[in-house]
Amino acid sequence: MGLEEAPSGFLLTTVEDIAGYLRKASLWPVTFGLACCAIEMMAAGTSRFDLSRFGMEVFRASPRQADLMIVAGRVSQKMAPVVRQVYDQMSEPKWVLSMGVCASSGGMFNNYAIVQGVDHVVPVDIYLPGCPPRPEMLINAILALHHQIQESPLGVNRVEAAKAAEAAALEATPTFEMKGLLR
Amino acid sequence: MTDSPEYKPLRPTKGPIGRALAPVAGFGVTLGSMFRPTVTEQYPFEKVPPQQRYHGRHQLNRYPDGLEKCIGCELCAWACPADAIYVEGGDNADLPDGAHMSPGERYGRVYQINYLRCIFCGLCIEACPTRALTMTEDYELAGPTRAGMIYEKPDLLAPLSDGMLAAPHPMAEGTTDTEYYRGEVTAPTAEQVAWVREHRPDDPTLDAAAKVVDGQAPPPTPRRHQLRPPATRSGAARSAAGTGQ
Repeated sequence: MGLEEAPSGFLLTTVEDIAGYLRKASLWPVTFGLACCAIEMMAAGTSRFDLSRFGMEVFRASPRQADLMIVAGRVSQKMAPVVRQVYDQMSEPKWVLSMGVCASSGGMFNNYAIVQGVDHVVPVDIYLPGCPPRPEMLINAILALHHQIQESPLGVNRVEAAKAAEAAALEATPTFEMKGLLR
Repeated sequence: MTDSPEYKPLRPTKGPIGRALAPVAGFGVTLGSMFRPTVTEQYPFEKVPPQQRYHGRHQLNRYPDGLEKCIGCELCAWACPADAIYVEGGDNADLPDGAHMSPGERYGRVYQINYLRCIFCGLCIEACPTRALTMTEDYELAGPTRAGMIYEKPDLLAPLSDGMLAAPHPMAEGTTDTEYYRGEVTAPTAEQVAWVREHRPDDPTLDAAAKVVDGQAPPPTPRRHQLRPPATRSGAARSAAGTGQ
């Protein structure tokens, strides 16, 4: 019986805390720079901002060795299947950070060429506004994601949380029916 | 090749000691950098403030007596190149007993900025005729949901500083919106305090405003808003349906 199948309870919550701590302290981002946001993403890795203080200085070019996808830049319709493929190639557990307004919602490019939010293609864990966001904003978003990872459940709890999230997503108003700014 | 009589290197060649140390010469750079000052900013622990007039998140300002500056004219929404702003105006005449949310005829009843569209260009700031909308230096905006990234009027409005009287209340007596624009209204007046005492006796801003009227406290100075607390920022319960659209 592996760790993932262990029954939930006191023991697993302790393991969850430890696993969450270890996971958040060693995120391996996959490079997915698509536009100008990628420049700020690179700047966040340089010595002035120094992402390696949080254990993630190595931007992997290979998705199978990575567990965080930073989608930096506008996703065109033609790039969307590539984003999905790279996401599918990453190993579980994996997270997606949507960096910049273009990746998050299409931003100012409200037209036929740009996917209106990368969450149409992959599930996004944290959105980061800004055009482009400054490196501090990226670090702030990553730290918020660290907090999410620390709190994330494991094993049976993870399956239940995934089921609850799916049920909530099915209940929610679909994007095309939304009014106002959310459309 | 180098021994051929036609070739003479332009750079001076190294002597025997230089050639012997060549494999480790690169470490000279490493060693030298150890004695240079560190350039790393310890961001989340020590925040370096951005440049002045940095285009951070927006703030809706207030007049010194607590009335809002936004008049719901939608010029910011028209100026926005990314269609990130949604404004609905309301008539001050529709408020009961001569109350005003802003000086003049209209106020911003619904005000939303979608930070997943906003590109922080500042065209909305240039468009605003009453300087109601300005930008702050706050840039920590990340959030887990799309709906939570739509900031609404309570999130954007500047906080009431000490001595300001919470809107709605009537305009200062004998003034029009012109006096407000000119900055001639510097504090709440006795009539405004009396009106609020009659209509909302348990208003938390009432005591501080009464002190200003009595001259026991200095007139209020506008204050920057604080960061939206993380509890409301997750905004899972927010939806477009619940915002009065």
